[in-house]
Amino acid sequence: MTTASAVAFQLLQSVFVVLVAPLLIGWVNQCRAWLQNRSAPSILLPYYTLAKLFHKDAVIAHDASPLFRLTPYVLFGCMWLASGIVPVLATSLPFAPAADIIALVGVFALARVFSALAAMDIGTSFGGLGARREMLIGFLAEPAMLMTMFTAAFISGSTQLTTIVDTLAHREFAIHPSLAFAAVAFAMVLLAENARVPIDNPTTHLELTMVHEAMILEYSARHLALIEWAVALKLFAYFTIGIALFLPWGIAQAGDWAGLPLAIAALGAKLALGGAALAVTETVLAKLRLFLAPEFLSTAFLLAVLGMLIHFLVLG
Amino acid sequence: MPARRAAIEPAQLRSACESARARNERLVALWGSDETARSGGFALHLALAGRSGLAWLTVALAREHPRYPGIADIFPSANRMQRAAYDLVGIHAQDSPDHRKWLRHRAWPGGSFPLRKDFDLASRFPASDDRYPYVKVEGEGVHEIPVGPVHAGTIEPGHFRFSIVGEKILRLEERLGYKHKGIEKRFESMTLADGARLAGRISGDSTVAFAWAYAMAAEGASSTQPPRRALVLRAILLEIERIANHLGDLGYLGNDVALAFGFYQFWRLKEDLLRLCAELFGHRYLMDFVVPGGVARDLSSRGAERLLERLASIQTEVASLRSIYDEHAGAQDRFIMTGQVTPELADRLGLCGMAGRASGIGRDLRVDYPVPPYEQLDVRIATQTRGDVAARAAVRFDEFAESLRLIRALVARLEPGEIKVPLATAAGGRCGIGWTEGWRGDVLVALETADGGRIHRLHPHDPSWQNWPLLERAVMGNIVPDFPLINKSFNLSYSGHDL
Repeated sequence: MTTASAVAFQLLQSVFVVLVAPLLIGWVNQCRAWLQNRSAPSILLPYYTLAKLFHKDAVIAHDASPLFRLTPYVLFGCMWLASGIVPVLATSLPFAPAADIIALVGVFALARVFSALAAMDIGTSFGGLGARREMLIGFLAEPAMLMTMFTAAFISGSTQLTTIVDTLAHREFAIHPSLAFAAVAFAMVLLAENARVPIDNPTTHLELTMVHEAMILEYSARHLALIEWAVALKLFAYFTIGIALFLPWGIAQAGDWAGLPLAIAALGAKLALGGAALAVTETVLAKLRLFLAPEFLSTAFLLAVLGMLIHFLVLG
Repeated sequence: MPARRAAIEPAQLRSACESARARNERLVALWGSDETARSGGFALHLALAGRSGLAWLTVALAREHPRYPGIADIFPSANRMQRAAYDLVGIHAQDSPDHRKWLRHRAWPGGSFPLRKDFDLASRFPASDDRYPYVKVEGEGVHEIPVGPVHAGTIEPGHFRFSIVGEKILRLEERLGYKHKGIEKRFESMTLADGARLAGRISGDSTVAFAWAYAMAAEGASSTQPPRRALVLRAILLEIERIANHLGDLGYLGNDVALAFGFYQFWRLKEDLLRLCAELFGHRYLMDFVVPGGVARDLSSRGAERLLERLASIQTEVASLRSIYDEHAGAQDRFIMTGQVTPELADRLGLCGMAGRASGIGRDLRVDYPVPPYEQLDVRIATQTRGDVAARAAVRFDEFAESLRLIRALVARLEPGEIKVPLATAAGGRCGIGWTEGWRGDVLVALETADGGRIHRLHPHDPSWQNWPLLERAVMGNIVPDFPLINKSFNLSYSGHDL
């Protein structure tokens, strides 16, 4: 593998991710509409929304500090970086050694801190409300997320996502019961971290019930577009992390141009399935009472810990 | 309508109210009027609902410094009505702990009273200061969240001031009146026949209830007897209105717990019904169907068949939706014990209507004082005692089923005949009362005529007046994100309240 080819692969993946992420949101929304017996909006609707928002003039609160203007760019950057680290199309990307799974969780945490600060920056009551709730969810979701990843890391003996994926995808097939627990825990964290039902409701208009949406109520135009795009990237990143950890088969090696079509096809199929599963989950569940969210996430944490213990039991 | 009218002295007011309260009667409405042209002063009016029917008490007040002893300690729901009566007519409740303005915002200054006869409708005032002293809650970690009057989504304006600690609601204070349109003043420039259209627009979701109450009052004042067929048709429409609103609210309850599936299913059913209403009765929300003297359109037997068919298919689907709601652990967890109003509290503060029945207040005009055609129908009252969101949902489901039964029974009783008689001309100084059980609760229209078939004073009363203060109590101790759900489970009217 030449370096130039690997870099080209890295660039390709980064551009690919940014362009494709809104498609996943569009797909989930379409599935949800079908499940609710509605005629679905176009799968491209998120792109039209982004285009519309980029064409508008931004309205910014008088009391907003530079932090408020900066945050959308930080969010977008964090999420783009995160999806650049995750092996989406290929393993052994040149970026990958720069950050392992712990750093990845750190990137998400950085984005969370900025969005909470920006929400409080303009001093509206809804912003503070949302920031507070986001922190309540975040401080429980992060450890659960780490535990899930550690379970996978123990199997491969590395916290590098690339190594984990290589171990699971390209070595001989083995059944890891610990991963089943970790997968369920990861799915629960995915719902909470991406502000989906049953923790949050991305489609609600009721400010008092919002978590993530309450933090971004004051944003408009290009800022809102970047945030919406970051939300799409985050969901995409979580899906691809899940795929990397639990369903890695079909992924290409960096520079392996021949494996690329298969990798893209496999990714598309897995995302389509995952997105449909998310839509089903969101349709059959009601939103939890806010104070049940910590219980939901403690359950995720517990499952992840159980997965890790089982890993040692099976080894022992 | 079993109603009687009596005049009492201001000195007798409190003792009359106290003995009414002791007899377990309730305050339906309180309003003021300008009687300068007749007796040279003002008047305070009370409508009390007792076992034998409605009592309309009138208290004559002096022209100079019109005042009367406040009764908010006897009937807590009187508080806001007394304040509104001061804002509009300038009659003052003495010894009342709360003299803040209520319906007045910036449209007219304090000291001007729009419902006085000498108030010039053409007068314009510079926008005045709209400061309002909210009750402050103090303590460590307590802060306020102001919400509204402009809300996200298509909702009417109202301001909600939450005092919270963490996510827990310590106190909610409502500020209403943003939707004041001067409906009562407008009525006074109308004739009895013209007023029907306006009455149907006091609160859009209760148009049949208000239009029927208005028609009842106008017919009472002019001694007109509407034909039997018209009464049966009115009752059919009142029950359709109840069904349509209950379907919509049940959908909203699902939506507020992120069960969008329920929302879309109930709203699809509601839409089916509304479209049929547009075909059969000329208006999706049934406006302008009930007119003084009868109804505006007839229902053909083919139309009645189609209505019954549509309702039967809605009934099948609602039955399966109800079992989905009832068996959905997530939804039930959100509904049960949320926004509770205990029967004791409901009784003390005068919760009424559908929400009252969910808190064990078994009152329903269709049962207690059935007017034709309800006297033949033996309406079954739907009650629950838990008083939470789940109870209000259950009452809606039960009333939906009962309304279906009533519509079938009413269609079977539709005999051929006239649907409208001309409204007789009413002499000046006559009064009429209309009182109907709308989907939200009992709607009252009290009317006095002036010479020439005109309206001297008309007071429309929506049950939201009684129930808004209970919403403040229902959310206490709940968490902030549950407020929209609790609010929706009451679904009170802004327009009908702000007038």
